[in-house]
Amino acid sequence: MTIQTAAQTTRPGVRSSRDAARMRRGIPWGSIGTYVLLAAITFFCLAPFYWMFVTSLKGSNEIFDNSLWPINPTLDNYAAVFGAQNTFVFALRNSAIIASCVTVIALFFGVTAAYAIARLEFRGKNVVLGLFLATSMFPGVAILTPLFQLFADLGWINTYQAMIIPDISFALPLGVYILVSFFRAMPWELEAAALVDGCTRGQAFRRIILPLAVPGVFTTAILVFISAWNEFMIANAMSQTPAAQPVTVAIAQFTGISQYDKPYGTQMAAGVIVTIPLIIIVLIFQRRIVSGLTAGGVK
Amino acid sequence: MSISPRVLNRRRSRTGTGRAKDGGLAFWLVIPSVAVLTLVIAFPVISSIIRSLFGDGIGEVPFVGLDNYAQALWGYNADDFWASTGVTYLFTAVTIVLETLIGLGMALVANRAFRGRGLIRASVLVPWAVPTAVAAVLWKWAFDPQGIINSLLGTDIIWTGSSVPSMIAIIVADTWKTAPFVALLVLAGLQVIPEEVYEAAKIDGASAWKRFVFITLPLVKPALLVAVLFRMLDALRMYDLPEIMTNGANGTATLSVLVVQSTLSQLKPGYGGALSTLTFLLIFVTAYLFVRLLGVNAVEQAGGRKGKKQ
Repeated sequence: MTIQTAAQTTRPGVRSSRDAARMRRGIPWGSIGTYVLLAAITFFCLAPFYWMFVTSLKGSNEIFDNSLWPINPTLDNYAAVFGAQNTFVFALRNSAIIASCVTVIALFFGVTAAYAIARLEFRGKNVVLGLFLATSMFPGVAILTPLFQLFADLGWINTYQAMIIPDISFALPLGVYILVSFFRAMPWELEAAALVDGCTRGQAFRRIILPLAVPGVFTTAILVFISAWNEFMIANAMSQTPAAQPVTVAIAQFTGISQYDKPYGTQMAAGVIVTIPLIIIVLIFQRRIVSGLTAGGVK
Repeated sequence: MSISPRVLNRRRSRTGTGRAKDGGLAFWLVIPSVAVLTLVIAFPVISSIIRSLFGDGIGEVPFVGLDNYAQALWGYNADDFWASTGVTYLFTAVTIVLETLIGLGMALVANRAFRGRGLIRASVLVPWAVPTAVAAVLWKWAFDPQGIINSLLGTDIIWTGSSVPSMIAIIVADTWKTAPFVALLVLAGLQVIPEEVYEAAKIDGASAWKRFVFITLPLVKPALLVAVLFRMLDALRMYDLPEIMTNGANGTATLSVLVVQSTLSQLKPGYGGALSTLTFLLIFVTAYLFVRLLGVNAVEQAGGRKGKKQ
C-alpha cells in the first residue's frame, strides 16, 4: 500500500474541468487565497505536534528556551524514556496487548451483529440498532465505579482483563456502527445470487459476504484499535503499578531524567514514540480511515 | 452455526416468507453482541444505581434511599456538583461552537483546494490520532509558565494556576484535538453536493455568500448536526484533558472528573454511584433534546432503514 499523494487523491475529471474554468478567469486570486488558508490549516494541525517533536530533542538546559528548533539536538530524552526509572517498554507492551484483545473481541462479536442489522430483515431491528447507538452515549464513569469495585473484589486490579472488559463497552458499539455502513454499501445482489445457487443465508454470509467485507472489517479494526490504544480513564483507574500501565497512563505519570527535573522532555519524547506509529498507520490508510470515520455521518 | 429446533419449525411453517428465515438467523447473529453489552454496560450501570441507594463507610453499608442524590443536588455537596455541571456544560458549549466554526471553515477551504486535499486529509488526521492523554501532556507543557504559549504571547500567565486561564488552556487543547475531526465529517458532507447546483446558482447571479447560505449550509446540515451530536456526547463526558492538565483544580473538575474523584480517591462508591447516575441522566436528556429539537436522526444516519419520519 502506498501513501497517497495530493495529486493522486483528486478526481482527475473534476479537476481538469474546474481548472479550465479557473484559467478562463485570469489570475486565480481565489485559489491563491485558498492555498494560503490551506497552509494555515496544515499549520494549525501540525504545529503542536512539531513542537512536541522539537522539544523531545532538546537537552535539559535548553528545554525552556522556546527556540523553534533544537540548537544542540540530543537523544537524552529518548534514552530517559527507556531508562531505569520509567517502565515504558512494559507500557508499550501492555497497550499493544490490551488494544489488540479489545479489537479482536469487538470485531468477533461486532461483525455478525452488524451483518444482521445491515442486511437482514427482522422484527426489533431498529430497537437493536438504537440500543447500540444508545450505548455509545454512556459516560465511561457510569460503568467505571461498579466495575472497579467488582474487579477489586476479584483481585483483578492491575490485570489486562480489568482494562479489556470495560473497553469493550465502547469498542463494540463503535465497531458495529462502522461495520453496519460498510455492509450496507455492498451490492444487494450478492446474497440473492448465493441463494439462487443453493446457499442458505448463513452460508451466503460466511462464504460470500465475509470474504468481500475484509477491507471494511480491516478499516474498522484500525479505528477500534486506535480508540482502545488511546483510552485513558479506565486504564488510569484499573492500573496502579507501572508494570500494568498502558502508555497513556504511563506518560501522564512520567518522571524526569533526574528526580528533580521537570519531566518535560521525557514526556514529549514518550509522546512522540506513542504517536509516530499511529501517524504512520494514519498516513498509509488515510483513505480507509476517513471512509470509516465518515461512514454513517453522510448519506 | 447452530439453529434451535424452534427456529427450524418456524422456518418450515412459513416457507416462502424470507422474513421468518431472516428472523431466526438474525437472532443468533445479534444475540451474542447484546449479551456482551448487557454484561459490560447494563450490569454495571444497574449495580451502580442500586449501590447509589446505600451509604458509604466501612463494613455493612446502610440503605439510605435517595440521600446520596439529595446530598449531590441540594445537600452538603451541592456546590461541587453544580460547579462541575456548570463547567462541563461551559466546556461543551464553548468547544462545540469553536470546533464547529473552525471545522466548517477548514472543510470549506479543503473542499475548494484540489491539489492539496491529500495533504489536508493527512494533517487533519494527526490531531485525531494523537492520544488525548498525550495531547493533554503536550498542551500542559505548552501552557507552562515558562512554556511556548507565554513566550509567543509575551505574557507571564500561570495558566493552570487560576480558574479562567485553566479553562482557556483546556478549551484550546480540546479545540486543537477535535476541530479537525469535525472538519473531516463536514468535508465528507460537502463532497456529495453536486457542482452543478453551484453553477446553476452562479448563472442565476447568486453571490458567494448567498451560495453558502442557501446551498452549502442546508445541504451540509445533516452531516454537521451528526458531527455536533458526536462532539456533544464526547464533550459532556470530558475527562482526560482536565484530569491531566489541571487535575480538576481551579474549577475545572468536569462531572467525569468529579465522579472518579469521589469514587476512587475518596472511596465513596454510594455517593459516586449517585453522581454517575446523575451524569448519565444529564447526558441522556441533553442528547434527547438535541435530537428532538434539531431533528438529527442518528439511527437513520447509521443506516437503519426507518420509514421517513415527520
